[in-house]
Amino acid sequence: MNAGHIGMVSSTDLLRIEGLGISFAIIGGPIRAVKHASLRVLPGKVTALVGESGSGKSVISQAVMGILPHTAHIHGRILFSDPAKPGTTVDILRMPRDGREIRTLRGSRIGKIFQEPMTSLSPLHTIGNQVSEVLQIHTDEPAAERKARTEEMLGLVGFPDPKRAYDMYPFELSGGMRQRAMIAMALICRPALLIADEPTTALDVTIQAQILQLLRELQAKLNMAMLLITHDLGVVANIADEVVVIYHGEIMEAGPVEAIFRRPGHPYLKGLMAAVPHFDLKPGERLAAIREVPVNVENLLGKRKAAQSKSPEVLLSVRDLTKTFTTRKSDWLGKEHKTVIRAVDGVSFDIKRGECLGLVGESGCGKTTVSKILMRAVTSDGGSVVLKDEAGSIDVLSAEGAALHHLRTKIQMVFQDPVSSLSPRMTVQNILSEPLEIHGRGDARSRLATVKNLMQAIGLDQRSIKRYPHSFSGGQRQRIGIARALALRPDLLICDEPVSALDVSVQAQILNLLKDLQKELGLTYLFISHNLAVVDYMADRIAVMCRGRIVELAPREILLRKPIHPYTRSLVAAVPFPDLDRPMDFKMLNLSGATNTRAWGPQFRDEGEDDALTPLDLGGGHIVLARKTSDIRDLRPC
Amino acid sequence: MLRYIIWRIAVMIPTLLIISALVFTIIELPPGDYFDSYIAELRAQGESVDSERIQSLRKEYGFDKPPVLRYFYWVGGMLQGDFGYSFEYELPVRDVIGDRMWLTILVSFVTIIFTWIIAFPIGMYSATHQYSWGDYGLTLLGLLGLAIPNFMLALILMYFANIWFGTSIGHLMDQKYLSQPMSWDKAKSILEHIWIPVVIIGTGGTASMIRRLRANLLDELHKQYVTTARAKGLGPFRTLIKYPLRMSLNFFISDIGSILPAIISGAEITAIVLSLETTGPMLIKALQSQDMYLAGSFLMFLAFLTVIGVLISDLALALLDPRIRLQGGSTK
Repeated sequence: MNAGHIGMVSSTDLLRIEGLGISFAIIGGPIRAVKHASLRVLPGKVTALVGESGSGKSVISQAVMGILPHTAHIHGRILFSDPAKPGTTVDILRMPRDGREIRTLRGSRIGKIFQEPMTSLSPLHTIGNQVSEVLQIHTDEPAAERKARTEEMLGLVGFPDPKRAYDMYPFELSGGMRQRAMIAMALICRPALLIADEPTTALDVTIQAQILQLLRELQAKLNMAMLLITHDLGVVANIADEVVVIYHGEIMEAGPVEAIFRRPGHPYLKGLMAAVPHFDLKPGERLAAIREVPVNVENLLGKRKAAQSKSPEVLLSVRDLTKTFTTRKSDWLGKEHKTVIRAVDGVSFDIKRGECLGLVGESGCGKTTVSKILMRAVTSDGGSVVLKDEAGSIDVLSAEGAALHHLRTKIQMVFQDPVSSLSPRMTVQNILSEPLEIHGRGDARSRLATVKNLMQAIGLDQRSIKRYPHSFSGGQRQRIGIARALALRPDLLICDEPVSALDVSVQAQILNLLKDLQKELGLTYLFISHNLAVVDYMADRIAVMCRGRIVELAPREILLRKPIHPYTRSLVAAVPFPDLDRPMDFKMLNLSGATNTRAWGPQFRDEGEDDALTPLDLGGGHIVLARKTSDIRDLRPC
Repeated sequence: MLRYIIWRIAVMIPTLLIISALVFTIIELPPGDYFDSYIAELRAQGESVDSERIQSLRKEYGFDKPPVLRYFYWVGGMLQGDFGYSFEYELPVRDVIGDRMWLTILVSFVTIIFTWIIAFPIGMYSATHQYSWGDYGLTLLGLLGLAIPNFMLALILMYFANIWFGTSIGHLMDQKYLSQPMSWDKAKSILEHIWIPVVIIGTGGTASMIRRLRANLLDELHKQYVTTARAKGLGPFRTLIKYPLRMSLNFFISDIGSILPAIISGAEITAIVLSLETTGPMLIKALQSQDMYLAGSFLMFLAFLTVIGVLISDLALALLDPRIRLQGGSTK
């Protein structure tokens, strides 16, 4: 495509949605998912469609591809002007459902990538089969040619060995690599428009940065337009040219990214921006949740002695925790390959009473295994965990019988997924009183009173006590999960990614609730997350985990402002800011890549020897994992 | 994988040994033996009993020995192809069963193929047109097929065949070919007769398979990878065949193991009604008269088919599903 040609078509919109309305016919009357929405995508530009779950943004993207379910009723116009055929504009909504016309657009002129790289690929077909299938549908190329082009594309999206990747199955790849395969599949026919539906939401923050970088590079290289659907304003600020904000199926605001971020007009957009945790929050500053939950723990506190008065002593002390998993894999000749994975490798930390320790790391780094060991759901291979309470100290790893029963009341957990962590067959009352019944606290009447107080504490109406979890929203369910964890009045609450599955506005609400409860009840938190900004908002001290080891541990101001370990630095660099003046530093990311330990400085590498690395104390509670012999001054980045 | 196959075949040996012990025990469980029921039958008919002859017969066939010893004789004989002696027919078991074994396998095999040919298109249609009139109609038919007992269907078909065509549809072949060696005419006669038992025996299986295929396919149709395939521009039918159908095949393959014995044992009553020359009616009779070697051989035959079926389905699953093939054996 020559430059003059591009100049000519860029005067018209590539995709123009006019007065789009989508409703779903269900029992009890139609649901209007999208109301009179209009937006445009310019050729070669990125339009971001921003909204929370249920706002109708994904439904719009499905309508563009013509892949809405049968029950959807659509009116309006979706006009697509293919730059490859200048001067022709087609209305996608006028095309017969799944007909030849729309099918020649799909995959060939409009590509799509989805949120869940785990489920978007068929587990039974190889990557090469699924990617080259697009060519098979849309071109007449011979098989050898298709294979060559597929391998070329796989190389382009960053597979180190495309020939090998061609014959691999999706389940043999990590989430990031699967998303790359999806991108290869969407782009192999060089479409004019790429629809990316939350392409990085399910990925780790460093992988997200890589995928965003890849998308931006490919978008420029192939000169394609992109409709990016996301809820993450940080992603939007880094990649979009135009922004459209959607709320409850209605477009609230639309315009160039500059105007939207510098001068947000609509209150919803302003609220959304204030609800995102970012590194510039001052200590003690609160997020502005769009719907704040009032915390009322007066009744709950009634019987509890105030915990705040205690001096900061160590509540939980973890030393040299190790856990290895062995995976066996046998090939066709029956030879077994044993791989030992050190999920947790010499982890040590203390949690002081009343503080919040953040544990950050990417998926697979062992942070959840640590939490499971603390909960005694997984047995560790070695190390010690000691919990101190009024009666003395409990050896967490070896407690049995009555001691274990007692320990269960001391440590409780809040889970990531608010849907599957509550039984759908139990009412809120059953859920909240079950821990009390197990531990024989009180009689039926006092338990009911406690349940009511718990509901009050998390800001839920007491009238909903007989309702089942499905009738609550995600945020409300997570609050019920928190109340259940509080029922036994534990000392330590382990929060394992408690807000990862929630929308931004609800996330702020839950974080504020957790903060308030901590203050009022004097709770101690171990807060596990992959999101540095969230941990920064919650934690007093932060530990960074990588490959089963804690690589850096420091008070939050130090860890985020002056990180020393290259892994921490790449994590910090990978967080997209919802701020136009602070674009992501892709160069920095590549230099100290999270997955590439060879890019780390020599003082941080162990070169395969055991015990080469040791935690070095830099003073002020700042600990870094480095070589024993290295000088503290050498560690500081230049 | 190769080691897996060898290991699976090796495991079959102890499995079959345990089954043979169980079969032997069950046959021994009722009080008395074939001769007791033989005496009782003779007495009931008012005939005299030659007790010396009975005693010598008992001795000849080792019935005075302890059961454990008799078990080893039986198993050892089977390994050499000697399945024992049928008292009822006064012939070696092998000669009694003869053709019936192959006819049974033939009927079962054709029935399975018939079931698949009918069930697959209907199941696919029902799943892709969920809650349409076609789906409801086929579901109704399927439920009827499930609910009507096979023998009843056999009786109805026999009645109407007699009224409309004036022919008897019983038996698997024309009676004149019964003990003749295989010939073209015999094969033609078998083909003429076989469709009726196949339809009757297959109805119930077809109906339940349609229901399960529909349910499994419905689960898969809403999965994300189906949307991915549509977003590629793949046509609806090819999408269906390549992705969700392939995924929903797993249930169906793991079913092969149980389908063989179910069809063979489930078809017995039908076989009696239609007087088919299969093994079913003979097994029932052998069990009634405590003709233990005959009954035991039948039961072992069923067990062997089950074990083989499970082996086939496991290997087919590993071939079809890379997750089972490549991840098998990994423990966490």
